[in-house]
Amino acid sequence: MSAREDTLARIAQNRPKGDHALPVVPNFAPLVGDDLEAEFGERLKRMGGRIAVPVPGEDPFAAVRERLDGAAVIASAVPEISGNRDLAQVARPQDLADVDVAIVRAVFGVAETGSVLFTQRELQVNAVAYLAQHLVVLLDPADILVNIQAAYRRADFAQAAYAVLHTGPSATADIEGVLIHGAQGVRSLTVILCPRGTTENATA
Amino acid sequence: MRIGLFVPCYVDAFEPEVGIATLELLERFGLDVHYPYDQTCCGQPMTNTGCHAEAAATEALFVKNFAPFDYIVAPSGSCVHQVREHLTAIPQTDEVKAVRAKTYELVEFLHDVLQVAEFPWAEFPHKVGYHNNCNALRGIHHGRPSELNAPYYSKPLDLLAKVKGIEIVTASRPDECCGFGGTFSVFEPAVSAKMGYDKVADHSQAGAEYVVSADSSCMMHQKGCAARIGVPLKFIHIARILNGATA
Amino acid sequence: MTNADQSGLREPAAESDRGQDGRPLQHAEAATQPVAVKAPREAQPRGAKIRGDRPIDQAEAAERFLAAPLHQKAHDARLWDLRSKRDTAAFGIPEWEELRELASQIKTHTLANLDRYLLEFEANAKANGVHVHWAADGADHNRIVHGILKDHGAKTLIKSKSMLTEECGFRHYMAGTGIEVIETDLGERIQQLDNEEPSHVVVPAVHKTRLDVAEVFAKTMGTDPENDDVHYLAESQRMHTRPLILNADAGMTGCNFAIAETGTVVTCTNEGNADLSGNVPKLQIHSIGIEKLIPKIEHLGVFIRLLSRSALGSPITQYTSHFRAPRDGTEMHMVLVDNGRSERLGMEEFWTSLKCIRCGACMNTCPVYRRSGGLSYGATYSGPIGLIIDPTFNKRKYSTLPFSSTMNGSCTNVCPVKINIHEQIFAWRKVLAEEHQIPLLKQGMMKAAGQVLSRPATYRAAIGAADSALKVLPRFAVYNPLNTWGKGREMPDSPRQTFHSWYKQNRMKKDGAR
Repeated sequence: MSAREDTLARIAQNRPKGDHALPVVPNFAPLVGDDLEAEFGERLKRMGGRIAVPVPGEDPFAAVRERLDGAAVIASAVPEISGNRDLAQVARPQDLADVDVAIVRAVFGVAETGSVLFTQRELQVNAVAYLAQHLVVLLDPADILVNIQAAYRRADFAQAAYAVLHTGPSATADIEGVLIHGAQGVRSLTVILCPRGTTENATA
Repeated sequence: MRIGLFVPCYVDAFEPEVGIATLELLERFGLDVHYPYDQTCCGQPMTNTGCHAEAAATEALFVKNFAPFDYIVAPSGSCVHQVREHLTAIPQTDEVKAVRAKTYELVEFLHDVLQVAEFPWAEFPHKVGYHNNCNALRGIHHGRPSELNAPYYSKPLDLLAKVKGIEIVTASRPDECCGFGGTFSVFEPAVSAKMGYDKVADHSQAGAEYVVSADSSCMMHQKGCAARIGVPLKFIHIARILNGATA
Repeated sequence: MTNADQSGLREPAAESDRGQDGRPLQHAEAATQPVAVKAPREAQPRGAKIRGDRPIDQAEAAERFLAAPLHQKAHDARLWDLRSKRDTAAFGIPEWEELRELASQIKTHTLANLDRYLLEFEANAKANGVHVHWAADGADHNRIVHGILKDHGAKTLIKSKSMLTEECGFRHYMAGTGIEVIETDLGERIQQLDNEEPSHVVVPAVHKTRLDVAEVFAKTMGTDPENDDVHYLAESQRMHTRPLILNADAGMTGCNFAIAETGTVVTCTNEGNADLSGNVPKLQIHSIGIEKLIPKIEHLGVFIRLLSRSALGSPITQYTSHFRAPRDGTEMHMVLVDNGRSERLGMEEFWTSLKCIRCGACMNTCPVYRRSGGLSYGATYSGPIGLIIDPTFNKRKYSTLPFSSTMNGSCTNVCPVKINIHEQIFAWRKVLAEEHQIPLLKQGMMKAAGQVLSRPATYRAAIGAADSALKVLPRFAVYNPLNTWGKGREMPDSPRQTFHSWYKQNRMKKDGAR
């Protein structure tokens, strides 16, 4: 018998007896207040991320302008800003190893945790969200969901080949509990609250 | 109400005053308390070591001694946990099941069955750290363990709150195991002792003069640990305080 | 040396990265108040001695760990800090206990229908363009993965942390194949470079100090042996590993949850290395223990809320990654590994250990684990969950482990899927005693104790009219020829008389009937 048939047969024989119905998961009350932007931002900060709320009419990228000005390679996956590395033309993920700043738009944010979701559609090349030194995320405040439970009711997870919740930047505390950002992935993650399709194309 | 008094073997041998206090305290409430003279042990040393067959005769003796009573009361959460949850090496006759169900630890008997409102004779003008025996806390539910997100309660602290002059201080790890663990204390002595050192240091740092518990076994271990590393703590069973001991 | 005052004691809080608002962060893989380690250095205590199938002497290894007080203190403090953060996170959610119950029930349901869910998962994964493999055991897993790598001519493999691949002995197997395996989780990488197993399921190098890490990195990566600044060490590892990631032929991850309805593998990590492993090389492999199945995506809404809060006290891991289908032009393989799980499913008292989601909360809260170090267990899984899982792999070798516990029950209360861990430890002891897998000495002592304690006259005679035996030893130690009580503790005082004789003297005169 193959491993597959062997395992399946043994499970059929050994499985716990009785009717163990799948429980219905109730809708839990959101753990956050009504001001989802504020709740999201506070939780993102507690997870090591940064939050920026642009002043209307001014540079939406003001909070990261210094970082952008100092960057040699910028990969943008958003129309709001153009970089100098075209993600559509990247043949191999490895070619993104020298990216200083990547800019992407989140599908949605989650207030309970300060998380943002990306799929391969937003990232264009998945690896850019990890190989870049810094990640800048555009999030429409209207796209903030209350909690994780609400997030997992979205269809994105079943549809995307790859979907990932980022909550702050790469972090480790594997040596003596000292918290360090940028263990392997991005060293910083900044979320700019920026409605979809309202910002003119800016140049990096 | 006929009460069978079970005096666990280490109480019998090392802290007879705890047995005496338990007996006197129960008698203060007008109860008819009997001490079955042929009693020995609840079987816990064997079952906790996995040796259930070896515990069977001892368990049978326990049932034989205590079957005639309305309640069986013992000043030990650990032994009562053994009787209630683990006295299973012998066939579970109605008699065995009844004995297991009507066996109470002293604190819960006072708190839940007698629902004692006051201990007018009790006064203990000292700073006290309470030690929860793990079986008492998580096995027979003396209180809410620190891990659970549930309403707080503590039966022993409820009772101690009725004692004049007592001041309760709380250790930084209020219900961390002290490392006694029954036979663990002799089969894994280094870890057991280290847990004890940390426990008594924690009580001491919280400002306790006395450690109080419903279990003499943990305190015997902690007392030995405190003496070894020179932590100046005193230890006293809750039965003695509730019966009016002042030091 | 950095951040050290004149006594050599570090001011560690200053070392951790801060939040945007300058406040310390309440999350991440471990303490926000890291433990300061004093110079001079102390050699790192090593784990249990492995002698084939002979029973592990956990107590012996634990004693050596305790003999290294700087390590032990740091270890205890860090893991207690994780336990405290877990409490804060859990108490912040009113429905916490309900979530635990739901998670437990979802796992019960899934395990009771595991064959059906595995077939559903397989069908969906295949439809997604994934190659699905079934491995009967660890060796089978290793052969399958090796085969995939060979087919692609892969010479290097980057991987994220996976307890399953540890369980399979994957790295050891691969050492003989000419294919280089590179761990990319910092803690796991430290352990790989030090040729040591992980000591904890979430923080693999938690038993090491920065000085130990500095020594390992100096030897293996050529870092400055005198520089034990944690930022320097972590950054050195990043720089050292980055080219290995970029040049890897294949990437591999474990699996936290496998979703039957979509064929998705979910990983929960903090460093971003699982996503690098899955998204950079052209070939990706995910190893999945068959018990990782859950029915639907919506159930992640229960488990994700529990996992990192239980593990680290953070509301979620930095990365929660859902791998469903290969990227264009790449290949994706999933290996479903049994390795004793379908057998364990039939063990009435022990099958619920298959619910484990490897959060490590039971280890963090375990007072014995915190004072012994994970390596003292000499097994892939250490701490409370290890005590009940390890004997299913090798009953003789791990026969001692269920005794390395006080059965205090804290583990059961923190378990996010409500495994009755301490009750299973108790149950394992019975099984092991019945099957004569406990030392003859111990069983003999218990037999003698049982014989004495079941005969009142013999018992009274044994302790003697003057209670003489009890002047020396605690009661249970009377039957213990090892006399280990007095090693670390003072003997109890011996009272003038037992309660028994007091009663006879004071009460039976009045009431002979008693």
